[in-house]
Amino acid sequence: MKKLGVIVNPIAGLGGRVGLKGTDGDEIVRMARQLGAEPEAPVRATEALRVISKIKDRIEVLTYPDEMGEDACREAGLNPKVIGAIRSGTTTSEDTVKAARELVAEGVDLLLFAGGDGTAANIYDAIRHKVPALGIPAGVKIHSAVYAVTPRSAGHVAVMFLEGGLTKNRVAEVMDIDEDAFRDGFITAKLHGTLRVPEESRYVQGAKAGGIQSEKEALQGIAASVIAAMAEMDHYFIIGSGTTTRLIMVNLGLENTLLGVDVVQNKRLVAKDVTEKQLLDLTDGKDAKIVVTVIGGQGHIFGRGNQQISPRIIRRVGRENIIIVASKEKLAALRGKPLLVDTGDEALNEALSGYLRVTTGYRDFVMYKVGYEYL
Amino acid sequence: MPRDKETLLRKFHQAKWDEDMIFEMSVPGERGILVPKAEKEIWDEVGDGISAIPEDLRRKNMPELPEVNQLRVLRHYTRLSQETLGVDVTIDISMATCTMKYSPKVQEHLAARHPGITEVHPSQDEETIQGILEIYYKVEQFLKEISGLDHFCFQPGGGAQAIFTNASIMRAYHAARGEGRRNEIITTIFSHPANAGAPATAGYKVITLMPDENGYPDLGALKAALSERTAGIFVTNPEDTGIYNPRIDEYVNAAHEVGALCAYDQANANAVIGIARAKEAGFDLCHFNLHKTFSAPHGCMGPALGANGVIESLAKFLPVPRVEFDGERYFLDYERPESIGRVRSFFGNTPLLIKAYAWIMQHGAEGLREVAKCSVLNSNYLEKKIREIPGVTVWYAEGKRRLEQVRYSWEKLKEDTGVGTEDIKRRMADYGLQHYWTSHHPWVVPEPFSLEPCESYSKDDIDEYAAILAQIAKEAYEDPEFIKNAPYNSTIHKIPSPDIDEPERIAITWRQYKKKGLK
Repeated sequence: MKKLGVIVNPIAGLGGRVGLKGTDGDEIVRMARQLGAEPEAPVRATEALRVISKIKDRIEVLTYPDEMGEDACREAGLNPKVIGAIRSGTTTSEDTVKAARELVAEGVDLLLFAGGDGTAANIYDAIRHKVPALGIPAGVKIHSAVYAVTPRSAGHVAVMFLEGGLTKNRVAEVMDIDEDAFRDGFITAKLHGTLRVPEESRYVQGAKAGGIQSEKEALQGIAASVIAAMAEMDHYFIIGSGTTTRLIMVNLGLENTLLGVDVVQNKRLVAKDVTEKQLLDLTDGKDAKIVVTVIGGQGHIFGRGNQQISPRIIRRVGRENIIIVASKEKLAALRGKPLLVDTGDEALNEALSGYLRVTTGYRDFVMYKVGYEYL
Repeated sequence: MPRDKETLLRKFHQAKWDEDMIFEMSVPGERGILVPKAEKEIWDEVGDGISAIPEDLRRKNMPELPEVNQLRVLRHYTRLSQETLGVDVTIDISMATCTMKYSPKVQEHLAARHPGITEVHPSQDEETIQGILEIYYKVEQFLKEISGLDHFCFQPGGGAQAIFTNASIMRAYHAARGEGRRNEIITTIFSHPANAGAPATAGYKVITLMPDENGYPDLGALKAALSERTAGIFVTNPEDTGIYNPRIDEYVNAAHEVGALCAYDQANANAVIGIARAKEAGFDLCHFNLHKTFSAPHGCMGPALGANGVIESLAKFLPVPRVEFDGERYFLDYERPESIGRVRSFFGNTPLLIKAYAWIMQHGAEGLREVAKCSVLNSNYLEKKIREIPGVTVWYAEGKRRLEQVRYSWEKLKEDTGVGTEDIKRRMADYGLQHYWTSHHPWVVPEPFSLEPCESYSKDDIDEYAAILAQIAKEAYEDPEFIKNAPYNSTIHKIPSPDIDEPERIAITWRQYKKKGLK
């Protein structure tokens, strides 16, 4: 019988909806809680584990106590063997490292973990290439290629792997982002290490692609295209995170938050680095448009680094008022994979899927497929 | 240039020098020609020739033209010609989509040397150029037969201008029907980018379709993109991948259903002439590049001719003048009130039309069909050989035959050795081959290269070409660094980085070159 190890980083994703850029460090965790953040990782882990519960009689599930896995497993209908000990409510990255080492020592065949880039780095530190691992995306920042595209895909890949349908592994990058620099608007991603991940390209996200020189002109055209749309008086433009959207702000001569969400009205900045709540207050009863880019290499347009633009905001603004901006190079780098939405709201994910127009230059577009999950 | 009988490899070395620019050879006061003073009768009639030009159009300073005598000019250009690796010195199957076929030299005698061409002026009375007009008229009849469409125009000075012309015709058509709101054009990523660029220049918004998992344009995306704002679609088939889309009629029908027009980019029609026609696929417009399929030389972005064709109902929008025949004489018809007007002065690049005429006459209908069959056979033979080279993959449509060209990938080689398509490309010159064409941007197929061995190339040519690529791949696996530092036998080693497409590094005139401090 195959053994599955499960680890949940209970605070991963806490900062997303409230505009913080991650949850590394106690101070940030406290701030996030004060801002009304609720942990996302347990919910997402449960979503993945529900898929796995369909084969629960054929596998053995091992996990760590309480919020580090046990709760999510039980919620999903699994009956796990619980090992180790934690002080509930005060877990840190050291607990993640310890849990990973002990689960590997128990002989798990696959280690499934819920978290973000920081969690992946902890897992790498603990297990290196000893056993295959797979991430359930639950963090604010996911630049590492060890994560499945959605929680449910993580479940599907795990099932395929445990049932012997996937025999190949690939080595995938674990990226490390300096959160302090990230909050100040700089991306300083560097390779932290690699993990062995079950090979299933449709379900597991690729590492973020770097930009290339020749896109420069097209990116200027994209900015000009969005600015031309701002001729609509009084409309709020919710500008998502990323370098593609930043160029819009640069061309307007406005301050901007590289990894946060800013709001523009009549070409003027009305709110900077907003939280979901601020967005809800601002756009209440108003016309608004959402401008988001594609996370290079992975294809996400919602649910990665822009959780402030929550399901409530997206529903209010409406599908037809979403402006997706990306260079054709970025779309080509997806190698035919669809754009992805992972809003945390399955019904909304479905409503957003189909085809959407992506602005790829000045008066230049690509009609591109949007998916929320495979199967 | 001798060739090894076993390996098929040649000991090649390109001209070693990097020839000066002619401006750098200038010696003040040196002259190529001393222009004689006008004779008295002429002087009396036209004066000094300069005062006829309005004052504000006259230059104040002398132009900085190079001052070089005739013999030095001759040596300069002869040396330059020795630095080239074009179709006349090498096996030029490297430039897929370009259809680098042999341009029979006899055509130069007709188009560039025959006094009936060289000594006439386009403003002459049409009675005195009946022969030229007859050629215009006849080539139009040929292209009508080849495409099934009803009228052709030979004004556009290239494929992109032919697309521009067709986009302009679409606008005139919709405007005449009170549907001027249609301001969107749809094209595909594997069609030539002029199908996006030229309509954009004509004022349209452009929507591009990406390929589906089979390599065909995503039909779902097309249907999602089509609306009452769509003016038309511009597609090619087979696309740059060489994959023929057998369901093209479904795309055309979907566009027609929303009231849009359909234009077929047949710039490269080498796989389908005499086999399949635009008309039967339901297209309303198309264009042929006479400098590709019909053998006129490309002229290195210089002289070109994109002949655009339309169905009967769009004929009234074609550029003027039209060359018509009343049963006895040929004449120029300007009486087209709904015409989009001129797209080029006079009636286009006549010498190219004459070369295409000669080529079609040499082949006849059966010969044209043979051209298509032969180019498809050549490409399939080459594909088989290239697929045997370690490190090569071919994207999409596994197990399906491609037509006249194939887009290959060195992705596996790059993963295995770190040697990519740009490195291989540079090494080719060491074996006397023209650099191959990679792909338009973005690279949808990673580390791409695109080959098109059209009907001009023999089995022996193709064998040699494949042997060279196999040799380079072998070298890459044995010593990647060696390939990354190639070429070794060429005039220019590597194109300097950063990329030369940066505006601040581009100079298209000597003046800019000096001004930007690039010298």
